[in-house]
Amino acid sequence: MSERILTCSAALAEALHEEMRRDESIFILGEDLVAHGGVFGQFKGIPEAFPGRIIDSPISETGIAGCGVGAAMTGMRPFIDFHFSDFLTCGMDELCNQAAKIRYMSGGQVKLPMVVWCPDGAGLRAAAQHSQSLEAWFVHTPGLKVVVPSEPADVKGLIKAAIWDDNPVMFFQHKKLFAKEGPVPEEEYVIELGRAAVKKEGRDVSLLCYGAAYYLCLEAASTLREDAIDAEIVDLRTLKPLDMDTVARSIRKTHRAVIVHEACLTGGFGAELAARIQDELFDELDAPVKRVGAKDVPIPFSPSMEDFVLPSVADVLEAARAVTYR
Amino acid sequence: MSSDKQTLLEIYRTMVTVRRFETMAGEYFAAGQIPGFIHLSIGQEGSSVGVCSCLRKDDYVVTTHRGHGHMIAKGADLKRMTAELFGKKTGYCKGKGGSMHIADFSIGILGANGVVAGGLPIITGAGLSIKLRKTDQVAVAFFGDGAANRGPVHEAMNMAAIWKLPVLFVCENNQYASTTPMHYACSAGDLYTRAAAYDMPGEKINGNDVLAVREATASAVARARAGEGPTFLENVTYRLKGHYEGDPQKYRTTEEIEIWRQKDPIEHFGRMLAQKKYLTKKHAAQIREAVQAELSEALAFAQNSPFPEPGDAMADLYSNP
Ligand SMILES: Cc1ncc(C[n+]2csc(CCOP(=O)(O)OP(=O)(O)O)c2C)c(N)n1
Ligand SMILES: [Mg+2]
Repeated sequence: MSERILTCSAALAEALHEEMRRDESIFILGEDLVAHGGVFGQFKGIPEAFPGRIIDSPISETGIAGCGVGAAMTGMRPFIDFHFSDFLTCGMDELCNQAAKIRYMSGGQVKLPMVVWCPDGAGLRAAAQHSQSLEAWFVHTPGLKVVVPSEPADVKGLIKAAIWDDNPVMFFQHKKLFAKEGPVPEEEYVIELGRAAVKKEGRDVSLLCYGAAYYLCLEAASTLREDAIDAEIVDLRTLKPLDMDTVARSIRKTHRAVIVHEACLTGGFGAELAARIQDELFDELDAPVKRVGAKDVPIPFSPSMEDFVLPSVADVLEAARAVTYR
Repeated sequence: MSSDKQTLLEIYRTMVTVRRFETMAGEYFAAGQIPGFIHLSIGQEGSSVGVCSCLRKDDYVVTTHRGHGHMIAKGADLKRMTAELFGKKTGYCKGKGGSMHIADFSIGILGANGVVAGGLPIITGAGLSIKLRKTDQVAVAFFGDGAANRGPVHEAMNMAAIWKLPVLFVCENNQYASTTPMHYACSAGDLYTRAAAYDMPGEKINGNDVLAVREATASAVARARAGEGPTFLENVTYRLKGHYEGDPQKYRTTEEIEIWRQKDPIEHFGRMLAQKKYLTKKHAAQIREAVQAELSEALAFAQNSPFPEPGDAMADLYSNP
């Protein structure tokens, strides 16, 4: 398969171009999209290529999310841009009480094919209301699917699956990764939701991660190699549905697991995954499952404090060394 | 409401202070010394200073991501503001908040906000508290034309109206919400007319005329203190800088910006003061110098202050851990 290098934003834009050309029911709704092709350039060329199908909204998150629900119920495939994931709080009822539940409450009468696309994450000195990683909230809401890609190729393949999924899909992309480059196949492809990827094979410890934490693990793995610790990296990619088969296969091999995410630790996705692992793979484990995440405070503004709060490569190394000690 | 020479010159000086503070912030942001991103209110000083010139120290204000002007006009300390922008330990929020989250509860500034319209229900709550405590304070919310389209604004206005709370809803219509023109996003074309739906007085004001803003605010404040309920003010103005520093601004023309530069609120007011013979060229220069000296001091304070210790991040989450 031939490949070229794309950024995460370009990968997203390319997927949208391809799918919007394929199906007229796909449209994009959100704030400040048309003038600059999205805050992160993620919709580059789309306003020109698909006039009228990328719509600027007033600052009305309740309305935007609700319009997504209403349009999805009536034959469209809305792609809702939430600007910053932090503002999901302003559309929470429409997402968690409406989108997530309507199909179920109506006895399966209706489909809700909508993507809720959310830039998230910290590290930009953007302080507490522009830096959060909120994926666990939505994992905790039955009826939603949750995707958190890391590399450009994943972004492209997963967004296509999200667009074609007949359920509401929360899609989180880390703000710091938009400019991240990586190989993306020339040919069209889709990555099924609920498929984790073993991005690096290893024998000694499974680093289970998603989103920006993947890059922490990548760096940690190369340092661990110097300690003769051979880490395997499993990029979960989709949190709901969760690919426990791939996780299990990895742990049956390494017998040790470290879960890494940028979201704060308490009540984070790592807690859920650790619980699943101890329940389903208890006999396979040679050490307790370790979790690495941000400290349990809002993200502070000043660089010295923000860096302290966020998980680091050093934290991953410490956890990996701790579980491989024996 | 007094409009003697002394008061007017004080207002002028505050406007110059806001302008110079933000100009300085822009420069140090460009130089990479201010982390994150900042939103400047350059061009909107008529509104921020005009409104706050009618407020007492114990009155409440909530502001927005574009809040430096409101803070300074309400009496915030320039040193602690500058230090916060620089992320220093001596800043208003000990470096936890930055530009978008500055607050000074000791002078009634209940906070800037990173969530558009986030302050509006809060100001209604402050108004309710004033009513329950039976004081004669007032509570003022600043918000943008873009914010006006969020649901919480409408809930906050209706509640303030049914309970006749001492609240001023000050909408600073600078004609854009980020890249979105106000006339695209607002169905009625005007914002002040929404007040009628909540049975509260609403007025459209030239926000670049600080005295017009002051006059309208004074009567709204008087109504509020007298227990007659909330008022909606639409201060029409224009932000001369980008939405944030570094904004490519493809959504508007340089010609349009130039037209509004001609309506600069500070120059407009300065000319008026000169006509009244309150302000000579020499005096204006003295004011600028004095302001500059104050800002240099604030800047030195910020630059010489330490960054927070990394572990300081863990403090201040709960009142009782
Ligand atoms: C709830 C919410 N939605 C979106 C944003 C992103 N955002 C920040 S400022 C802004 C524009 C605000 O426009 P306006 O209210 O007119 O204030 P101005 O910037 O013009 O002062 C937007 C969309 C946000 N911070 N909060
Ligand atoms: Mg505006």
